Amino acid sequence: MTREMTGAKMVVQALKDQGVDVVFGYPGGAVLPIYDEIFLQNDIRHVLVRHEQGAVHAAEGYARSTGKPGVVLVTSGPGATNAVTGLTDALLDSIPLVVLTGQVPTFMIGSDAFQEADTVGITRPCTKHNWLVKDTDALAGTLHEAFHVATSGRPGPVLVDIPKDVQFANGAYNGPKPAASHYQPQVKGDMEEITELVAALETAKRPVFYTGGGVINSGNAASQLLRELIDGTGIPVTSTLMGLGAYPASGKNWLGMLGMHGLYEANMAMHGCDLMINIGARFDDRITGRIDAFSPKSKKAHIDIDPSSINKVIRVDIPIVGDVAHVLEDILKVWKSRGRKVNREALAKWHKQIDEWRAVNCLNFKNSEKTIKPQYALQRLEELTKGHDRYITTEVGQHQMWAAQYLNFDDPNRWMTSGGLGTMGYGFPASIGAQMAHPDALVINVAGEASWLMNMQEMGTAVQFRLPVKQFILNNERLGMVRQWQELLHGERYSHSWSEALPDFVKLAEAFGAKGICVSDPRDLDDAIMEMIEYDGPVIFDCLVEKHENCFPMIPSGKAHNEMLLGEADTQGVIQAGGAVLV
Amino acid sequence: MSALHIKKGSTRHSAYNLRPTFSDVQERHTIAVLVENEPGVLARVIGLFSGRGYNIESLTVAEVDHTGHLSRITIVTTGTPQVIEQIKAQLGRIVSVRDVHDLTVEGEAVERELAILKVAGEGEKRVEALRLADIFRANVVDSTLNSFVFEITGAPEKIDAFADLMRPLGLSEIARTGVAALLRGN
Repeated sequence: MTREMTGAKMVVQALKDQGVDVVFGYPGGAVLPIYDEIFLQNDIRHVLVRHEQGAVHAAEGYARSTGKPGVVLVTSGPGATNAVTGLTDALLDSIPLVVLTGQVPTFMIGSDAFQEADTVGITRPCTKHNWLVKDTDALAGTLHEAFHVATSGRPGPVLVDIPKDVQFANGAYNGPKPAASHYQPQVKGDMEEITELVAALETAKRPVFYTGGGVINSGNAASQLLRELIDGTGIPVTSTLMGLGAYPASGKNWLGMLGMHGLYEANMAMHGCDLMINIGARFDDRITGRIDAFSPKSKKAHIDIDPSSINKVIRVDIPIVGDVAHVLEDILKVWKSRGRKVNREALAKWHKQIDEWRAVNCLNFKNSEKTIKPQYALQRLEELTKGHDRYITTEVGQHQMWAAQYLNFDDPNRWMTSGGLGTMGYGFPASIGAQMAHPDALVINVAGEASWLMNMQEMGTAVQFRLPVKQFILNNERLGMVRQWQELLHGERYSHSWSEALPDFVKLAEAFGAKGICVSDPRDLDDAIMEMIEYDGPVIFDCLVEKHENCFPMIPSGKAHNEMLLGEADTQGVIQAGGAVLV
Repeated sequence: MSALHIKKGSTRHSAYNLRPTFSDVQERHTIAVLVENEPGVLARVIGLFSGRGYNIESLTVAEVDHTGHLSRITIVTTGTPQVIEQIKAQLGRIVSVRDVHDLTVEGEAVERELAILKVAGEGEKRVEALRLADIFRANVVDSTLNSFVFEITGAPEKIDAFADLMRPLGLSEIARTGVAALLRGN
């Protein structure tokens, strides 16, 4: 039914029709008419962030923890440019976002008006798609299309730029019509390829599943089907950073995370397998290491909804373009109809080999009675929170890798981290977004003190909206990962990788009206963590940890999966000039 | 996957050179892209090429369906077979792209380009320019007592050849449209 209304009203109406309940935003001159409409209604909650980058990361946390698109509303010019890092982050991690930006009125575009920026030009390479709406009659259709594009196919961030005169003017509003879009990515996989994959799976002697964020993006059904397939076949599974939780960490076929700081058994299984089944991952350079030595003897299958992911980095033998849930359903159907066959004898041998690798106990570390080891802090955090309805976000660096190694996830959508872009400052606002979506859950941001400071202004948001997010800061007074690379690659010249003027985090928390806890003695750690969990409100948990701890295992740049470093003793002179060039 | 020319056991190399190339041979492909004619669509296509480091040898664009608002972009590009496959896949995921055709692979294609050349000269050179233009079926579209403007249509190689001949005869300016191409047959 067509209704006449202002552009600003259309924005709010379209959000309601799309089922949006939370918007993260920051007002400004070019979005005032939309904020006026938000003021006049109660269906959509608006979370006032303290910086537009925070709004986008919060929307990412919301999206990743719910499976629904996150929505952001910011003003023109600086509002839009501040959103760019978040957009790029969401693009690289395939997070569905709809970002609405105000723009100067159409008749002033191009005149270098106050707070004017070429928003669609700036954000073209960091969105899946974007639109500048110059006509109020086209606004409703564009907004609905924006939600469709953000959530269909490989998800991603989209942006709609709305000039102020378009917000004021009247136009015709129509509700969503999903069939109206030309954008309809293929979701069903090719049956011939699927049958070939099943045939390979039936005879493989050393198969491994390598799963990624695509399984999570495909929805809960995909995770359930993945579990059915893995537990039915008994084939071991590893996952990228982005895919943790799709298969439960407590599952018997779980190998742990793979990649640069992945587990020994996971990387060795990838290196030694004869059949690799990539589901919703993209052969990222953190995963493959040296490409020419990447799993040299395996047949490779790749399931991905984005055709450009296939053969981009690694040449695969069985490419399947389609949605993970759809393809897994077909794989299961074919596998069952052919008699649920696997090579049991060889698989038993393979599992025995994996158990030998597992016995290396690669996550072992030398604990201390005097200082808190970061690994120990995370082990205790895992132990004391694992029974809770728990969501974890992280910043970027050593703490992120340790969190991925030492925390266990048994369900999808419980783990939010910046994988592709590696954005320091992601975790705190993401925890705010996750807490908005799950008000009663325990939401913890595992952080390093340097990353955390990058978006610390969001303390204001957490306190204002009574969001009891726990900021679990592993404080080593260093940019830990930078320091580690300088130690291993740059002759221990620690150029600008430490902080000399850190705030007193307890006082900082109190200044914002939150609670601060500082702990430095391992004997006090459990009580402090319990105090954090039990406090009903935002907490900054300043955990003073060992300053020079390195993150292991590690595949150095330019090395293969079977050339992992397991600890300090392995590191002498192993990274050479060729590897130092890499990031 | 072994065409990487890296000595066994070597670690003194950069992964920037490590590409699992299917073949190192550079191929030239003509790709036709049918896009929705909306603002910024050309920037999306060009931005893809510059952002991912692909080559553009020539590019032409015009609206070909006024009622459906569809434009046809014809791109001539070079790259290894893997890069060409990536280019097509990357083009295909742009939301406003409706269709991508690799005319070099899909069959015999007709490729044509139009060029306008200004040749200034007197005496023998002027006569020779006109004679060669006749051989190449170039038309004279403007003339003064000491210059010609020729219009020539053909495959890019033909235009290259004509321009090379005109250079010693006083070629002063050239404007080329880039390639437009269609598959032969129905």
